[in-house]
Amino acid sequence: MIHFVLLISRQGKVRLTKWYSPYSQKERTKVIRELSGVILTRGPKLCNFVEWKGYKVVYKRYASLYFCMCIDQEDNELEVLEIIHHYVEILDRYFGSVCELDLIFNFHKAYYILDELLIAGELQEPSKKTVARLISAQDSLVETAKEQRSSISNIIAQATK
Amino acid sequence: MAGGVFSSYYSSSSSIMETLFQRTLEDLIKGLRLQLIGESAFVSKAIEEIRREVKSTDPHTKSTALQKLSYLASLHFHDMSWAAFHVVEVMSSSRFFHKRIGYHAASLSFHDDTPVLLLITNQLRKDLASTNEFEVSLALECLSRISTPDLARDLTPEIFTLLSTTKILVRKKAISVVLRVFAKYPDAVRVCFKRLVENLDSSDPQILAAVVGVFCELASQDPGSYLPLAPEFYRILIDSKNNWVLIKVLKIFAKLAPLEPRLAKRVVEPICDHMRRTGAKSLMFECIRTVVSSFSEYESAVKLAVVKIRELLVDDDPNLKYLGLQALSVIAPKHLWAVLENKEVVIKWLSDEDPNIKLESLRLVMTMVSESNVVEISRVLVNFSLKSGPGFCNEILGSILFTCSRNVYEMIIDFDWYVSLLGEMSRIPHCQKGVEIENQLIDIGMRVKDVRPELLRVARDLLIDPALLGNPFLHRILAAAAWVSGEYVEFSRNPFELIEALLQPRTNLLPLSVRAVYIHSAFKVLIFCLHSYILQSESITSSFSDNLVLGVSELVLKRNMLEGSDLTTCEAPSAHRSEGFNPRNQSYEDLSIENGGDRTINDGQTSTRAFSEKNIFTYESIINLINQVELALGPLTGSHDAELLERTRHILCFIELIKGEITECLVQKGKTLESEEMKASKIIKLMSDAFSEELGPVSVSAQQRVPIPEGLVLKENLDDLETICADIQVPPSNLFSLGSPYYGEEVGVSPFGLQNKEESEPSNEATFLLTEHRKLHGLYYLASEKNEIVGNDYPPANEPKLQDNPKNDTEDLVKLTVQSLATNKKPNHAKTRPVVVKLDEGDLVTITAKRPETKDDLVSGAVREVLLGSDTRTATSQSNPSDKSSSKRKGKEKLNVDRSELKENLGDSETPKQENPSSRKNKHRTIGKERRHNSPGKIGKEREENGQKGKQKSSHRHARHKARHRADAPLNVVSQTPVIPDFLL
Repeated sequence: MIHFVLLISRQGKVRLTKWYSPYSQKERTKVIRELSGVILTRGPKLCNFVEWKGYKVVYKRYASLYFCMCIDQEDNELEVLEIIHHYVEILDRYFGSVCELDLIFNFHKAYYILDELLIAGELQEPSKKTVARLISAQDSLVETAKEQRSSISNIIAQATK
Repeated sequence: MAGGVFSSYYSSSSSIMETLFQRTLEDLIKGLRLQLIGESAFVSKAIEEIRREVKSTDPHTKSTALQKLSYLASLHFHDMSWAAFHVVEVMSSSRFFHKRIGYHAASLSFHDDTPVLLLITNQLRKDLASTNEFEVSLALECLSRISTPDLARDLTPEIFTLLSTTKILVRKKAISVVLRVFAKYPDAVRVCFKRLVENLDSSDPQILAAVVGVFCELASQDPGSYLPLAPEFYRILIDSKNNWVLIKVLKIFAKLAPLEPRLAKRVVEPICDHMRRTGAKSLMFECIRTVVSSFSEYESAVKLAVVKIRELLVDDDPNLKYLGLQALSVIAPKHLWAVLENKEVVIKWLSDEDPNIKLESLRLVMTMVSESNVVEISRVLVNFSLKSGPGFCNEILGSILFTCSRNVYEMIIDFDWYVSLLGEMSRIPHCQKGVEIENQLIDIGMRVKDVRPELLRVARDLLIDPALLGNPFLHRILAAAAWVSGEYVEFSRNPFELIEALLQPRTNLLPLSVRAVYIHSAFKVLIFCLHSYILQSESITSSFSDNLVLGVSELVLKRNMLEGSDLTTCEAPSAHRSEGFNPRNQSYEDLSIENGGDRTINDGQTSTRAFSEKNIFTYESIINLINQVELALGPLTGSHDAELLERTRHILCFIELIKGEITECLVQKGKTLESEEMKASKIIKLMSDAFSEELGPVSVSAQQRVPIPEGLVLKENLDDLETICADIQVPPSNLFSLGSPYYGEEVGVSPFGLQNKEESEPSNEATFLLTEHRKLHGLYYLASEKNEIVGNDYPPANEPKLQDNPKNDTEDLVKLTVQSLATNKKPNHAKTRPVVVKLDEGDLVTITAKRPETKDDLVSGAVREVLLGSDTRTATSQSNPSDKSSSKRKGKEKLNVDRSELKENLGDSETPKQENPSSRKNKHRTIGKERRHNSPGKIGKEREENGQKGKQKSSHRHARHKARHRADAPLNVVSQTPVIPDFLL
């Protein structure tokens, strides 16, 4: 299973963290510090796998972002690489040629998309299209809610409540 | 900010103002990026703001605040546990938009100990039952992150319902979440397992992927329980076209196949089909990995896998290279030919730019090492390490050291070579393997008698090089070298040189513990020199009595000669020396042989010393030596380190003791020496006896074999000792100080006393000194009773030819492996292997592959129970494998039992008497134990009732040990099961 997902920028800034196994806040910062030390220093054209404390970390760099996933020894590295690529493609489709800034300003959306892709450390949805559809369905739910609440009448109703 | 200001003024209508003026998430992020006041200041300001906003009654303000907080918590690691209650509030909002923020915050910040978890059970239940599938998935996602036993228990019915819902989106999530629920609340298995299994028949690929993923995880914890499901998995393996699913199914079979040979036979072909056909590298690699790890006895499958591995190895993609190497190292232990076939590629990647790939290929190169090529491979690797960076250099050295020392150096034939390789390794600039080399130098010295002369040479070379003292990584090695030089000084060509090296001024760069070893070794060397000198003069004295006149002139002549040619004789090899000296004095030679012969009977060690070293010990050199030692050690008497101080004192006191007499006796030589009962020489002899006792390796279990003396009460609990010794570092030399006055007194009182009595004393002395050494180099001492003798003949040492090959490219390695590996010839050694002392059990490296015993036991126990119940149901659908295998299982069960018995024995020795009289309980546990250990057998319980009865006895003991772990859960089970059985049937 996937134990955690990290998105780290080339400068070592964390852009997204998702923990599927229990890690305390202290452990989390330690993990991130250690791993970014290991991964960011690896040159290009090297293999995408790092052995780390009895686990394996699969990482891939897209533009300025490193996508890292930590898996068990017996998990399939190539499969996880595909999952990472999958995620990037979905992000790309959703944001329209995604860049780091998109993820910075829509950090919650990056999470929501990841939640549709993975659950409990397992891939739950292999179809890109389905994920896109689910996300847009949820977005529209949110949009209608927003419209409702930002209408003037709503605000007045609330204020006079 | 504005919102904050307003809210303080208009607290009654604060919410609307906050809503209008609240900073959104985007504002926060922008502000954070553009801030000028420093990030932490900005963030703490923002948090202050959030703290205010999150208390708002307006759900929108609240949720926006929470979202901002989540952002800061997840990316800037700010604590948000204080907001836990607000998270719950937002989670319970009726609007999806808010709810989602709440759930996200919860899965981000909640953990098992979050107190408010108690409050969310109902909310989760409500959302799990919601008609909005997105709300359900939010709740499921949350549950997958934070399920506590209570939550898992309370929500099991909802999960159960969701497992068969028609909404695919929800069902697949529920399936994945079930894994977490099982882990926290194993009894959920009884409720949900059947539905989970039913999902294996689903035609929907997403459902299938999810459920296979769950079984993959479950099976990795306890494969045995899932054997009955093999037909389902087999069907998926054949039918599925989905690579994600196939990879998981392959993983399941990799776990199941070793348990059931018939199953393996059946699935190996489909797996090979997939391997041949698939275009997806991930699937292909999974097939390879499955075959090499679990189907290694199927020759054709392995061959195919090796062909595919080769494809990976020569691929340009570093990932595939890496994985190919990994697959090879999995198969190497069973099919070394697979590695040999690909050796060129493997060795080529030794110089790859990727450290991970280099490391893998190094591991593989080490698997190819055998006794016939260990010399060549080590040489090339050492040369290779000189060119590598520090990290990889030490990896190389580490693996050479590890491989060569495996199973008590079974691979090493030529120990002279190996010892000098160790010396050479120590000089490699990046070498950081000091501790390991130290251990091996000492270990080999004690185990292999024949290598000691060479070992001493290596130690000497290390000691006399002042440059090495400055490298902190070498200090441990130098400690070993010093120890060797003291212990095996009799093989030295020039002990004076050793003393000089041991006392050189630069030794003050050493850590104190190492310096102590140096000084103690110097002590030993000093004793050796003095003793040799005395023996020498004694033999001369005895020649006096025979032929007095001739003797005197001879002695004078000899002394003069030696003083002149002191240095030159030192250089000459010892064998030559003793022979070259002979023609000069025939009578002397005869006598010394006689003397030597006598001494051989008394003391095997000294005879060799006496022979070879006689001629370099002159009066002047001895006096010089003593002065030198005094001079070097004088300053150390002010040392603050107890160990160092103690040892320095020992030497100085000793010198004090003998110095006067030595000088005296030598001045009036002829007369004093006739009376052989000289005090000083006796002391020296005694000390020499003490040091000449051979030290052997010690078995790990040696102490257990010492019978406990009668009347000795060993206190079991040593806790109170800790309070006494909390801050006392017990110096080992305390032991000595107890003994030494005793010794001195004895000598003083009866200088001409009985020889026997004297001899018993020094053996005490020896024990003390030995104890000190044991402290330093524990583990290795004391020879055991059962010494294994490997070979007896050992020709004289060869000079190793390590520097022969200056061009050390990888092609070199390739070439040599072509020669030595491809032919795979039987090693045909020029020299036989020397005796290597082995200990019975102490040297056996017992690698017990312990499976982590966790809560999963409970899960698999429950699974087996469910599958057992459903066995009758699935009997029709389950085809042959599981039925046919019943006979096989019995055999396997026996194996399992054996293993558990073994374990049991181990356990017994540790916890001797923990009898539990409750027989009812025992029986209960035994059954529980059976479930876990005799995994395959449990499936067909009825069929094997008989077999189990017999076994209960054997696993009975073991079961008891586990009892405590299981005590709480099974009781629960008993009370719960009657409530739910209708789900199962």
